[in-house]
Amino acid sequence: MRFILRRLGFYLIAFWASITLNFLLPRFMPGDPVSRMFARSTGRMQPEQIEALRKLLGVDDRPIWEQYVDYLHSIVTGQMGVSISRFPTPVTEVIASQIGWTLLLGGTALVIAAVVGNLLGILAAWRRGGAIDSALPPVLVFIGSFPYFWLAMGALYLFGVVLGWFPLRHAFTDGLEPGFTWEFISDAAAHLVLPALTIVLVSIGGWMLGMRNTMIATNAEDYITMAEAKGLRPGRIMFRYAARNAMLPSVTSFGMGLGFVVGGALLTEVVFAYPGVGYQLLNAVQGLDYPLMQGLFLTITAAVLLANFLVDILYVRLDPRVRSN
Amino acid sequence: MTTFIDPSPSGVESTTAALTTAGPAPESSAAVRQPSRAPRRVRRSKQGFVHGLLTNKKAMVGMAVMLAFITLALLAPLMFPGDPSRITDMASLEPSAEHWLGTTAKGQDVMALTIHGSRSSLLVGLTVGLASTFIGILVGLASAYFGKFIDEALSLVTNVFLLLPGLPLLVILAAFLPPGLGTVILVLVITGWAGSARVLRSQALSIRSKDFVAAAAVSGERAGRIMFREILPNMASIVMGTLLACVIYGIGAQAGLEFLGLGDVSTVSWGNNLFWAGNEGALLTGSWWVFVPSGLCIALVAFALALINYAVDEVTNPRLRKITAAKASPTTTKTPGRSAA
Repeated sequence: MRFILRRLGFYLIAFWASITLNFLLPRFMPGDPVSRMFARSTGRMQPEQIEALRKLLGVDDRPIWEQYVDYLHSIVTGQMGVSISRFPTPVTEVIASQIGWTLLLGGTALVIAAVVGNLLGILAAWRRGGAIDSALPPVLVFIGSFPYFWLAMGALYLFGVVLGWFPLRHAFTDGLEPGFTWEFISDAAAHLVLPALTIVLVSIGGWMLGMRNTMIATNAEDYITMAEAKGLRPGRIMFRYAARNAMLPSVTSFGMGLGFVVGGALLTEVVFAYPGVGYQLLNAVQGLDYPLMQGLFLTITAAVLLANFLVDILYVRLDPRVRSN
Repeated sequence: MTTFIDPSPSGVESTTAALTTAGPAPESSAAVRQPSRAPRRVRRSKQGFVHGLLTNKKAMVGMAVMLAFITLALLAPLMFPGDPSRITDMASLEPSAEHWLGTTAKGQDVMALTIHGSRSSLLVGLTVGLASTFIGILVGLASAYFGKFIDEALSLVTNVFLLLPGLPLLVILAAFLPPGLGTVILVLVITGWAGSARVLRSQALSIRSKDFVAAAAVSGERAGRIMFREILPNMASIVMGTLLACVIYGIGAQAGLEFLGLGDVSTVSWGNNLFWAGNEGALLTGSWWVFVPSGLCIALVAFALALINYAVDEVTNPRLRKITAAKASPTTTKTPGRSAA
């Protein structure tokens, strides 16, 4: 319990740090974001909305601490202002409409990469020097050397443009009504394949090598010898004895990966024009939509922190050593 | 995806785990008895390290590729004099004898762009690598040496920076700061130092508990001297590994940032070449030759650095060397790890 509370305190501090960063950036950076933004949105904004925006971005003359308290208050109560590029939709609504796609894309890719990568790592460590162990890691390291977006664009060109197997952009065909119909789901799945596949391709190497390295250490433990001496089936030793105990670091990585699902898919979403929060973040940056930018960053950070906290709780369940000290 | 963001790939992590016994016992006792002779011993172990690298095949391949790229970067103004991004009317030509790698939609020679691009990319990568490793060393050593409150505070900051999502933070920072090469470097260092700090802290922590450090403290050496003359030389290999990982991170992250159009679009670099290639729809019009070279160069540099990193691992970690020996031997027991250990 103390462990959980400590971690909770840490995550709260981390979240506070990101809020403060969000608060400080527009106020202390050279240049004036608000005037740039006003120039772009002339005539569309109401006076009171301009006033609210001034408060949000700190273009008023009140002392800085007063602004800070105000800012904290509006964040806690969930007021993140109004999006400029999609005026007059509130920021929270814009984010809510997009986070689902990001979770779908990132979640699918993460689960596939983690399951397949860990299985490959287990097999590689079990038959060291075998085909999987000697051939796959160099290939995966080489693939991992390429810039991710470059691979993604290459895949888009090859499978989308040249072969025409997969759609080129967006999460579903334009004009199709979103809903739980077979037509829509299969269409969304077809749009999902290529982006998810590229993420799996570049991230699977990390899973595999990590699992392989811990698994090698676990294989040298005495209880594995004992299990062999007892004459247990190799498959049982491999999964129930060795892999099970080598799983812990992978659980941590899964937590990190879960967090990066939200922010990390940014490049994927940009390349495939996938309508998630990452794509929206870049659009907000290009459209000088500062309220949306800040809201997205806070949402992404909050998701990362929450995912890590959940994994910490899971960790307490899985690893008794954490509970005892 | 994570390989792109995470500045400390698994290679470095595994080194940390396996290298906790880097400071051998004989050296520590020698340092206690004859502190004046310690530097000579350090140098000798370094010679073994260099020799090990020079006889390692991975290291040689990696260093050859890096040398080739550095030479090209230095010779770029001689090979392709003039501005490589000058717009001409020879647009979208396929590779030919005149333009080895073809031309872009704006009529720029792709070969010239790629070779000139190596200058900015290598420079930024190296600067980011050095700067973030330097911060990592400072934070890691201070954390490990002083402990207690300072360690708590520094670890807290490090962990917060590790947890904040890297790419969105990069995007946000780049959006608020004025565009330019300095901004790119600054932003990459801000998001990249934490990983190296954590790796270096854990290594420094294990060396700090060794007897020769305690002896140095008892004999009245100053904190700075203990940190940089006693502890730091004993973690040279992991510093090297961290540096290489940070350079890889720097080059990749710069390319990603520039590809998103958040770098300084007026400079010629691999990331910007790809940004323009995407902007001009090079792939949609089938001009693959505009798109391929810059990406391939980034991959080659990253792969070469990763090879050197693995070589450093192998040279400094005898366990990994024995593994290759075990692989060569015909014994195919299920757990050869035990025979190697």
